[in-house]
Amino acid sequence: MEFRTRDGVAKVINGVTYHVDAGETLAVLGESGSGKSVTAQTVMGILDTPPGFVTGGQVRFHGKDMLTMSDEERRRIRGEGIAMIFQDALSALNPVFTVGFQIAEQFRVRRGMGRAEAKKRAIEMLDQVKIPNAKSRFSQYPHQFSGGMRQRAMIAMSLALDPEVLIADEPTTALDVTVQAQIMDLLAELQRERQMGLILITHDLGVVADVADRIAVMYAGRIVEEADVYELYAKPAHPYTIGLLESIPRLDEKGQELRTIKGLPPNLMNIPPGCPFNPRCPMAQPVCREKIPPLLQVAPGRASACHFAEELVSRD
Amino acid sequence: MGRYLLRRLLQLVPVFIGTTFLIYWLVWSVPGDPFAGKCGERRCPEQYVAFMTEKYQLDQPVLVQYAHYMQNLFQGDFGETFSGRSVNDIIVAAYPNTLKLALVALAIEALIGITAGVLTGLRRNGFLDNLVLVSTLFLIALPVFVIGFVLQWLLGVQWGIVRPTVSSEMRLTELLVPGFVLGSASMAYVARLARTSIAENRRADYVRTAIAKGLPMRRVVGVHLLRNSLIPVVTLLGTDLGALMGGAIVTEGIFAVNGIGREVYRAIVTKESATVVSIVVVLVLVYLVMNLLVDLLYAALDPRIRYE
Amino acid sequence: MSDPTSASIVSTPPSHQPTQAGSTAPADAGLPENARRDKPRGLLGDAWRDLRRKPLFWISATLILVFVLMAAFPWLFTSKDAVNGALANSRVEPSGDAWFGYDVQGRDVFARVIYGARASILVAVVAVLGTLIFGGTVGIIAGYRGGWVDALLSRIADVFFGLPFVLGAIVILTTFNGSGTSNSEWEIMGLVIISLMVLSWPVSMRLMRSSVLATKEADYIVAARAMGASTSRIIIKHLLPNCLAPLLVYGTIMVGSFIGAEATLSFLGVGLKSPVVSWGIMISEAQNYIRVSPFLLFFPAGFLVTAVLSFVMLGETVREALDPKLR
Repeated sequence: MEFRTRDGVAKVINGVTYHVDAGETLAVLGESGSGKSVTAQTVMGILDTPPGFVTGGQVRFHGKDMLTMSDEERRRIRGEGIAMIFQDALSALNPVFTVGFQIAEQFRVRRGMGRAEAKKRAIEMLDQVKIPNAKSRFSQYPHQFSGGMRQRAMIAMSLALDPEVLIADEPTTALDVTVQAQIMDLLAELQRERQMGLILITHDLGVVADVADRIAVMYAGRIVEEADVYELYAKPAHPYTIGLLESIPRLDEKGQELRTIKGLPPNLMNIPPGCPFNPRCPMAQPVCREKIPPLLQVAPGRASACHFAEELVSRD
Repeated sequence: MGRYLLRRLLQLVPVFIGTTFLIYWLVWSVPGDPFAGKCGERRCPEQYVAFMTEKYQLDQPVLVQYAHYMQNLFQGDFGETFSGRSVNDIIVAAYPNTLKLALVALAIEALIGITAGVLTGLRRNGFLDNLVLVSTLFLIALPVFVIGFVLQWLLGVQWGIVRPTVSSEMRLTELLVPGFVLGSASMAYVARLARTSIAENRRADYVRTAIAKGLPMRRVVGVHLLRNSLIPVVTLLGTDLGALMGGAIVTEGIFAVNGIGREVYRAIVTKESATVVSIVVVLVLVYLVMNLLVDLLYAALDPRIRYE
Repeated sequence: MSDPTSASIVSTPPSHQPTQAGSTAPADAGLPENARRDKPRGLLGDAWRDLRRKPLFWISATLILVFVLMAAFPWLFTSKDAVNGALANSRVEPSGDAWFGYDVQGRDVFARVIYGARASILVAVVAVLGTLIFGGTVGIIAGYRGGWVDALLSRIADVFFGLPFVLGAIVILTTFNGSGTSNSEWEIMGLVIISLMVLSWPVSMRLMRSSVLATKEADYIVAARAMGASTSRIIIKHLLPNCLAPLLVYGTIMVGSFIGAEATLSFLGVGLKSPVVSWGIMISEAQNYIRVSPFLLFFPAGFLVTAVLSFVMLGETVREALDPKLR
């Protein structure tokens, strides 16, 4: 997958592989520009083309490659198979239609329901995401909702057709901290009830810890580490993950200076040779500037793309 | 909403008075003797002059004349021509024709303009896009009378497809060419506005959401994208209806449509001051009211806009 | 993968890059230039880079140059007499001797269209300058002062804006230039110019007013004011340069539409009049012979259309180049 711009070609994602099972939550973690949202957009087939071009790879859903199936087949998977919620619900909801219309629309178009029944079902959905006064909220416009309520409405809309997998692209970034927690709880609850796979895209390690089962860490368009959430927090197997974890403020280390990862993520049009993280890596060795470390299994159920992953894992 | 409407109405009043006074002053007061050349070669008879002076209070200062005229106007009296014909009759006879022509023009420009704009906005930089860009450039650049003459000559005279002029029955088929000519420049603006608007909204997040919901492409474009993109286009069309009626002079002249534009032109040439002023007043009023309606329409189309 | 990259995403229309039409991906075309594009470019530099590659820009600029030369030095293009003719030549068709034929009064049509450029372009350019200066000044005052001054000036502009253009011009011109008046050639031109100005200044006033309103509260203007710069200095040094580009683009396009408007008025018999030579007059004179001698109409109409198109096209290409959103 790459972006073609006047200033050159940006290889945005490169050899990314992840999977999610029913009832499982996978968190995709990374800084902005690491390619995590673009991966999700590629999966949904909502990439802006041009400048975005998918140059290879597969997106398999129940074993079928979505990139090679017909547009019509692919469309049918959207919403029913895989649904998505976006970061900014205000711009993601159509401003000139009522929230109710936008939810009921799915029942009407995809399920062929009549107006009245679709409305009933839409109100049920609003109830399920705990929007008070769902009936009167049905006929309001997105701008009349508060930020949190809007995101709830967005969730209701994405879950309307009972998707098997839900992709949540930074669902709480645009919200207040208190509201963030409520939305995350709601998402976790709905996911448990429905036993659906959840791909949670975020840059916020705090959000991840509570809800994720597995974590995939992305850097410069590649997955650099993938692991079970507890193992990753306990023993990160990639220097980038270590850096990320160290940059979380911790209550038990009050008074200490907050550590950060030095430097900036690379320009995707000009990724450094070797390991893309090498210019910022505290452990960098000459080999890191020459060879790209492949993503290899370093322990059961976990993988890392670092030449020194095994040392990191075996270290105490 | 009520307060907004009231405020807009109050804003409209000085503009209406200003515009109509300007015209009144230009037509009645500036040329000096309002009777010059009115009665052929000879001077007008004394009693006629006295009658008209009395009727229009021509011996008073222009402001008083204007106030008097307005007073009559609001009682439904648009004045009389020098030959004694009621201006009301002229307007009643001519206005429907102009309205008909303007509506045909509006329909044509909306149909062609929006279609061209939507198609090119969805698929930019293709052959069609360049074709539309070039042809809109032509439509904007060509003066109406040139387009009118060329089409009249080509379709009416050379190829004989249509009647070169419009008959007094004002049949719809006869109005297609004049309507196209009248609406030609606006058509180009509509096409361009629709194109930019579609192109801008096409990448909007809510369009992406609609696709992610698994809606058919037809519905994504036809419902979600169009509804948003056409808001500015519809408002442009609304204001244009008022402008089309005021701008129909040339088109009506070329195609011999017995409309308000032709009447006013005739009145200007023959110095029928009362007719000129009254027709301009009607046109200005229609234009202003259309603008107000468009504002309200805008609020109806875009729920985000609420007038306090 | 968001803001920084997507902001620089560019889709240059292929029509503007004919030399690159053969390349497979637009992206590859941009790569070789990467190296020498390291230093930052300003908006104007960017615009110029864009313009330089557009054939439409060069075509329209060249045509305008030709028309301006025609207006300034018509004798460079023809040695024939544009005002006097021999009746014997009345409506003689185009030939090698007279490329565009002769009109009703036996005057050389080619010479007339050449000499017609002067009146048409002069009227349009002067009227545009007047409109921009007058409307622009009023717009700056309204935008900068705000309050009741703005309200008053805006309502006055509304008054003039509410008049239908052609209708208003006819009324003004017949009032001052009707039959029976004996204005000289220059007086008529002046009247046409003034009536175009009177009916158009509200547009440039609104344009300027909104640019001033948009930039007035910008930090650097506030800073200049805080440092005690005088109002006139702020306007000349800071506001004008920012508002000038859209106004100039608008002006270029307006020259085109004014050429058309002047022709329309002459055509209606209220604008310029013989013995002045202008395209509008020629078209007006030709309309009665459209069935027998259509060439009388087509040559002046062709020149008129080309001139209008050149100005509108130039304005459009410059506007596109200046607007980063369109690129």
